[in-house]
Amino acid sequence: MSMTIERLRSAAREIWRQTVITARLAVGVPDYDTYVEHQRLHHAQRTPMSRQEFFRERMDARYARGRNRCC
Amino acid sequence: MNGLFAKLAWLLFAVFGAVCLGVVALQRGEPINAIWLVAASIAVFVIAYRYYGRYIANNVLQLDPARATPALRRNDGLDYVPTDRWVLFGHHFAAIAGAGPLVGPVLAAQMGYLPGTLWILFGVVFAGAVQDFVILFLSTRRDGRSLGEMIRNELGNAAGGVAMLGILAIMIILLAVLALVVVKALAMSPWGTFTVAMTIPIAFFMGIYMRWLRPGRILEASVIGLVLLLLSIWAGGQVSQSTEWAPLFTFDGKMLAWMLIGYGFVASVLPVWLLLAPRDYLSTFLKIGTIALLALAIFIVHPNLQMPALTRFIDGSGPVWAGSLFPFLFITLACGSVSGFHALVSSGTTPKMMASETDARLIGYGGMLVEAFVAIMALVAAAALQPGVYFAMNSPAALLGGTVESAAAAISQLGFVITPEMLAQTAKDIGETTILSRAGGAPTLAVGMAQIFHSVISGQGMMAFWYHYAILFEALFILTTIDAGTRVGRFMIQELLGTVYAPLRHTESWTGNLIATALCVLGWGWFLYQGVVDPLGGINTLWPLFGIANQMLAALALIFACAVLIKMKRERWVWVTAVPTTWLVICTLVAGWQKLFHENAKIGFLANARRFGDAIARGEILAPAKSIEEMQRVVVNNYVDAALCALFMIVVISTLVFGLRAAFAARRSDRVSALETPYVAVSSLQT
Repeated sequence: MSMTIERLRSAAREIWRQTVITARLAVGVPDYDTYVEHQRLHHAQRTPMSRQEFFRERMDARYARGRNRCC
Repeated sequence: MNGLFAKLAWLLFAVFGAVCLGVVALQRGEPINAIWLVAASIAVFVIAYRYYGRYIANNVLQLDPARATPALRRNDGLDYVPTDRWVLFGHHFAAIAGAGPLVGPVLAAQMGYLPGTLWILFGVVFAGAVQDFVILFLSTRRDGRSLGEMIRNELGNAAGGVAMLGILAIMIILLAVLALVVVKALAMSPWGTFTVAMTIPIAFFMGIYMRWLRPGRILEASVIGLVLLLLSIWAGGQVSQSTEWAPLFTFDGKMLAWMLIGYGFVASVLPVWLLLAPRDYLSTFLKIGTIALLALAIFIVHPNLQMPALTRFIDGSGPVWAGSLFPFLFITLACGSVSGFHALVSSGTTPKMMASETDARLIGYGGMLVEAFVAIMALVAAAALQPGVYFAMNSPAALLGGTVESAAAAISQLGFVITPEMLAQTAKDIGETTILSRAGGAPTLAVGMAQIFHSVISGQGMMAFWYHYAILFEALFILTTIDAGTRVGRFMIQELLGTVYAPLRHTESWTGNLIATALCVLGWGWFLYQGVVDPLGGINTLWPLFGIANQMLAALALIFACAVLIKMKRERWVWVTAVPTTWLVICTLVAGWQKLFHENAKIGFLANARRFGDAIARGEILAPAKSIEEMQRVVVNNYVDAALCALFMIVVISTLVFGLRAAFAARRSDRVSALETPYVAVSSLQT
């Protein structure tokens, strides 16, 4: 019984996590954890940006040249 | 056995779709239920996705899951990130969904619901979704390059320059027409104006919150923003009833136009974190939430369609916009079935994040099908209104006169029954003083949506709340488009000016920035103001221009796609893009020609200029102009519109010539000559 509840709970957590990732990318902010993981694997010598720096950098990049959006 | 069973299931589904479509197309006399239309659309979309989408993926484009996408090759965790296809679908859909597919179908409803429905369904399956899909694929094969760059590389510098000019022109006209939609919705409406104005301080607060108070907390800030928005809708109701406050937020069209022009200038030079970004977040979430809500409400309420399947205005004599079914229905519907703008989005951030080429079918083709479904819902909302109310809201003041009595009489002349009391009551229900002559699509859609939502959650004053919610939802993302678009236009102008005088190109320089921003705002502001003072209602003039521009851009993208398919030696399948290209080129050119040279002054710009010019020569004043100066302005405006229209036609024709030249050169060569980034296997990247 508690096993099933635990499984449901982790499924709900996963769905929520995916929803948050989707919602953030819908406004142009990619997943921070993926970025950190990428930095760790490929550029281990560099310090990755903090969550706040990452957010700022992405926001500026998205709107720097205006943004083409549909009518 | 299993395969046979699946085939049978698809066959049954196809029969179901055909029955629904048959009901929609053939039912006459009594109103049909919206659910038939919705079910027919879903069936068409699912079958098109399963069969035609797959055909394009496997045969025409030959998507290759073994070929590394830019996201895999250049993965940097920032711009190039391999992303789950459903997550990326959300991103792509948020970028393509806008005001166009909501406004176009509402305006097209003047001919009845049937022509619009059919064009949305067939247009999206064979043209719109094909364009989005193919451009997404081509951009993915070119490191996510933009449409303009790709055209320059594949068709030559001159073609690239022409395309850039075309894109700038469509940007200007798009901003003008969207701003006009907002003006039409907010004119003389203190409730609407107050709530929309409140989005500015709310966005400031969210911006400060995300930068200083709780950095990077997008979702938190958006939820707070949403609550404040709903509060401001409520507060707007109070404002509209207060004798002290209401006059402070009551403006006529001209005032609102000037305010929007000023706003566009200031907003596009402010730092992005303060206004643009937070409001973009808010409008994106509100937009997706509202679309989902509308879909749900239509299923629950399943209203009857009051509008006839066909009205007599298919002959071109309609009061909302002039021109016959061909080509103007296709021009008016614009984004709901084919949108050139999507070619810009499909060659923007999405191709840089696809994890596999095969995802392009879901994201490109599937994303556009969902957009067309939004258009169908907008059409349902408009067609569920009493036709009398619809025409009262969308006909110009010159036809209706100023009072509910004169309007009801004029609409009865058109052949639709409506009483003055019903018009007055509708205005009262939605908390406005009048609903007459509010062309532009947004208010009509808002009344339609309010009626549908009201059937789900009703109560004292809820109708007015839902109406202003719908207005806010549209105005919010239109305003976001205005300041984002003004920025885009500014950079394009700086690039163009830079070719004449290099220092103006520096995007950090304030001189270049301010000059280019001012030019861009002046450009769309001029058309906006002209639209506001236009006695025929403005939308009548500007929406066809916008539609022509948008279809022109789609034609450009598709011509480019045809040429590249030939360069790839895929001649066998080039019909997939060549058929919609031919149709769009014919539509834009015929519509452009008629807007220029049609002898009916309501359709042809030159005929209208001549009509007023001749009257000036005779010393006569034609209503609704009141002086010779106003008459002269009408003449000048019509010449400018004509010039712009001619420019669009020249862009289409010259791109066609460049495309044909590239295609014939590619035919003569016996090698593949498309300029793709070299093949890298996915397997070679995995370490």
